[in-house]
Amino acid sequence: MKQQIVVSGIGGQGVLFVTRILAEAAVEKGMEVLTSETHGMAMRGGTVISHVKAGPFTSPLIRMGQADIGLFLHAGNLEVHRGFLKPGGVIYLNAAKAGDAEAIDATQIAREHGSLVIANLVLLGFAVRQGRLFCDAATVETVLKRISPDKQLETNLAGFRLG
Amino acid sequence: MGMPEQRILMGNEAIGRGLVEEGCTLAAAYPGTPASEILSSVVAFAKETGTTLHTEWSINEKVACETALANSMAGRRSAVAMKQVGLNVAADPFTRATYLGVKGGFILITADDPGPHSSQTEQDSRLFAHFAKAPVFDPSSPREAREMVAEAFSLSEKYEIPVMLRPTTRVCHARQNVFCRPPVPREQKACFEKNPGRWVATPQFLPELHRLLNEKLDRIAKEPAFNPVLAPGDGARPRTCIVASGVAFAHASELLDTLGPEGRIDLYQVRLAYPLHKPFIEEIRKRCEKVLVLEETDAVIEMQLGPRGVSGRGSGDVPRQGELTPDIIEEILRKFLNLPAAPAVVAAKKGIRPSLCAGCGHRAAFYAIRETFPAGIFPSDIGCYTLGMNFGAVDTCHCMGACIGQGAGFYHAYAAGGADFPTIVVTIGDSTFFHAGIPGLINAVFQGARFILVILDNATTAMTGHQPTPQLGVRADGSEGRKVFIPDLVRACGVRRLREIDPYDVETFTAALKEADSFIRSPEGDIAVLIARHPCIVNRAARKAQAVFAMSITEDCAGCRACIDTFECPAILFDEQENRARIDQNRCIGCGVCVHVCPAGAIRAGGEKP
Repeated sequence: MKQQIVVSGIGGQGVLFVTRILAEAAVEKGMEVLTSETHGMAMRGGTVISHVKAGPFTSPLIRMGQADIGLFLHAGNLEVHRGFLKPGGVIYLNAAKAGDAEAIDATQIAREHGSLVIANLVLLGFAVRQGRLFCDAATVETVLKRISPDKQLETNLAGFRLG
Repeated sequence: MGMPEQRILMGNEAIGRGLVEEGCTLAAAYPGTPASEILSSVVAFAKETGTTLHTEWSINEKVACETALANSMAGRRSAVAMKQVGLNVAADPFTRATYLGVKGGFILITADDPGPHSSQTEQDSRLFAHFAKAPVFDPSSPREAREMVAEAFSLSEKYEIPVMLRPTTRVCHARQNVFCRPPVPREQKACFEKNPGRWVATPQFLPELHRLLNEKLDRIAKEPAFNPVLAPGDGARPRTCIVASGVAFAHASELLDTLGPEGRIDLYQVRLAYPLHKPFIEEIRKRCEKVLVLEETDAVIEMQLGPRGVSGRGSGDVPRQGELTPDIIEEILRKFLNLPAAPAVVAAKKGIRPSLCAGCGHRAAFYAIRETFPAGIFPSDIGCYTLGMNFGAVDTCHCMGACIGQGAGFYHAYAAGGADFPTIVVTIGDSTFFHAGIPGLINAVFQGARFILVILDNATTAMTGHQPTPQLGVRADGSEGRKVFIPDLVRACGVRRLREIDPYDVETFTAALKEADSFIRSPEGDIAVLIARHPCIVNRAARKAQAVFAMSITEDCAGCRACIDTFECPAILFDEQENRARIDQNRCIGCGVCVHVCPAGAIRAGGEKP
């Protein structure tokens, strides 16, 4: 099993947390994993992208046109990062309207639940339930229970299950 | 003994883990992307494993390096961590340390940033290691960075030489499953043996120390452990090979796999980039006619291997600047192996530029400065506040602390003409002021410069992940330290005019700027300092403590874009269809500062939200 995933968003949306969950899920399943993240100034509201490579890879970066799956937390990033997807690659998008991607209005769902910060988990939950990611919902929940701070656990699980 | 525990660690965390496991007794650092997480990981893993060591966020890299060096002179394992430009600051202690040598293992970790993603230069620290005559490890993954910590300590102790570990952004900020083991207990009592000929080393001792250093390097260059590791090809092209290091090796290795039979060519990984293994250099020169070197960011291995038959960054076969991404390496490999070019791919486009957070106190200060002095000159510095350039409030950014010297230089430039001088408003963050601002301020006062210095005090080192400054009184490990106050330092530098104001209060802050301008222009005037004090709103406690207004934009909005162009708050959006500005309630934190910005008075602050 080999899978390459890009997680795209804007600084402050929780791209790094989704990346970490996917990486932990890979280890949970006994896979090798490499990720690459954006830190520093770009995190101040700029465009950020993470790469997740689950399986026997050596490079932490995904080449253009090679990603199997794209998780897009910000619809405006489609034109910036769509090129990472390979032909036939699947995009899960945080947006009210679908277009050519599979979409869920994660921001709205998170807001209705009273916590905007879990929009990232709503999108992840949605993506996992479509069945194409290397990990299943039970694995992700195990990871969430392990790495969430106690105070945040219930909210995180709720977000993941809303997706 | 069972399998060691596996954890997902960022490269910087893996290095931090390695330092704790290998018995480092003192780790000092100054934060800077991409190196910042190294020291915080040392603190976390020390706590977790019950390991005692001294950790500190030093005032700057030079002090960090000197502190760690003395701990090593006392026979104890030591490490200092910084970003690549931090090494410029620590250059003085580091370059001498190779001549004098060390006792306890000493590792200087300097994180390079090819690209660059978050730095003011693309300099290659391995070239600096060559210049300073220190061996340098070049890890290709978080796991390898962890292993190299152990190798670097051993090498450093065996030859009594400082050793550099040089990860790059793609190693520092990659995550990988890494094995974690319990720390190895070691007896490391402080024992400084006096030896003036070595530790004081006046010029008369230097030729002999230099000879010994050269001898050490010759011996290290013959250590079998550092012979580059060969992943053999299929033997079809015996006179051709690829030599790679760092993450460029990781990319190349994976790419060659995807190229199928055509990709089966000898691939060497260089782990110690300087001094390059001597027998390896001789073997390659004898055996190969065509060699491709892939390395970041400069031609360090290529220089030692070449020049005959070597393609690389120096020869121009590899781009001479910028990060070697897998896409770029694929193109180079295909050309080198005479393969058809890969199908064209859509390149990643530029996304949204970063900006100061909604509600950031810096924005309020910058707005007031630029509105008050439309013809002013605004030298600034390194931190979140460099983003003031987005709306015309930052004219220069050079290196840590430079803005104060620049403020003085601009004043002297204009004053030399005898004419009236523009108001120069220098902005510097609190952490940057501690790091390198103080000598500049003393000098500016003494040399009679006239400008306004605004110290943007948000009570943290925000850009790099909220490391505390000495004014906070909290040390790296969370223990309490004696607070050192910025106003005391400013006065001690000879400044007579000082005010402290919250920049959210735009009217008072503006009045203070005008008053400061009168002062610097008065006969007895020199430098006026304003401390613009508002805590970073990323700090949850600080944010909870401030009022939250219900912001709205009324029908009076004329669509003039003044709020977008002069204030650039990410919570104010422009609706092109309706030709008017709107508040993005998802991002607005209700600071209320923007009411000052709208010429039509259309931005309203409603009652405080509960």
